[in-house]
Parts: sequence; C-alpha cells; structure tokens
Amino acid sequence: MNYRVLYFASLRDRAGMDAEQVNSLALDARGLYTELRARHGFALDESRLRVAVNGAFAAWEQHLHDGDEVVFLPPVSGG
Amino acid sequence: MESFHLSETPIDSATLSRELAHASAGGCVTFAGWVRDHNDGRAVLRLGYQAYAPLAVSEGERILVEAREKFGIIDAHCAHRVGTLEIGELAVWVGVSAAHRDAAFSACRYIIDEVKQRVPIWKNEHYADGESGWLHPDNTPVSGNDRLV
Repeated sequence: MNYRVLYFASLRDRAGMDAEQVNSLALDARGLYTELRARHGFALDESRLRVAVNGAFAAWEQHLHDGDEVVFLPPVSGG
Repeated sequence: MESFHLSETPIDSATLSRELAHASAGGCVTFAGWVRDHNDGRAVLRLGYQAYAPLAVSEGERILVEAREKFGIIDAHCAHRVGTLEIGELAVWVGVSAAHRDAAFSACRYIIDEVKQRVPIWKNEHYADGESGWLHPDNTPVSGNDRLV
C-alpha cells in the first residue's frame, strides 16, 4: 500500500521532511506509526499523538486504503 | 461564509470586527493573543507556527458552531496566524457578537480555550540562547521534543 504521510512540529524536525510517500504493509495507523517511528527515531509515543486520515481525526485502528493521507498529530499549541 | 481563518499575513481584526455587527447585537467581545518576549522564564525572540490546514480549518469551524449553539450568540470569528511571527505581533484573534455581554464573554473564552486544546496548530519558540522548542497547550515544553540546537 502507498500512503502519503505529513509531518508537523517535532516529528517534522526529526524526520527532516514535511511529507513523504510511504510504501508499507501496515493496514492501520498504529502499524504505520510503529514502522515510521523505527525508521525516523521519533521520540513521541503513540499515546501522545492523535491521528488524522484524509483531513479528519481518525482512530488508530482505522483501516487504511491505498493513497490515504495520514498525519500523526503531536500535542497542539496554538493560541 | 467561513468564520475560522488561517493566515500567512497579518490578521485584519478591524474588518473581522465589522463583520460581527448586527442590528440585534448589544455588544462585542474580542480577544487578541500577542507574541510575548518570554515563556517559562526564558527569553523568546520570535515564534514559528505550523498548521495542518484542512483539519485546522474544519476543527476551528466546529468550535465556532459549538459556541453559537451553547451560548446563543449572534456571530463569531476566529483567525490564527501561521509562519514566523515577531514579538508583539497578533497571533490569534477571536471576536463574538451577542445580544448581551454574558453570552459574548463566555463564548469568546470558550472559543480561545478550545482552539488551544483541539486545533492542529503548533507553536515553536525560538529562544535567545539559540535553542527552539515545541510547546504543549499550556505552554510547557513537549517532553520527547527533538530540540534543535
């Protein structure tokens, strides 16, 4: 499966990129984050993150589809 | 009409305020959030804001709808900057019009609090000592931050 993954804040700093195309066997966001965390060495545990799929908040267990845009959201700090 | 705005350029709060005017409005409450020169005992030089724009706008709009439903206000707008901001710049603006002041104050407070907790916008503080760091909603550092030195 091919996913488009966007990075923000500390995840963007660590990955060294805004976004990437990821070819993965992972079928849900949890599996995808585990894989990308190992690849990039992300410090944030998944319990600290929220997930968005195609521009909407999603559950970690939500089934992903080829071409989905997946975003792992660090703790927010607007305002 | 969209009521929640992300902006890469200075927020035009005067125009946003005028859009809140209504014959049945008895008052308007606004909140302006500025970039300050310190946080948690450290000197701050400037801020950088990132946003996941599609979700930030939809979640921001949801908060404004909630405020209208909860407090019976007439109208509400919110604008948030993204990009690099200098000390003193307007980072976030909330405006609410209502028939009476109680609803306007309550809704304005609700909107800014919910925006800070829920909308995918991130603040990076650039410190005078050359470090930078991403923050939590309460302005404490995100532990596990990969600090840039």
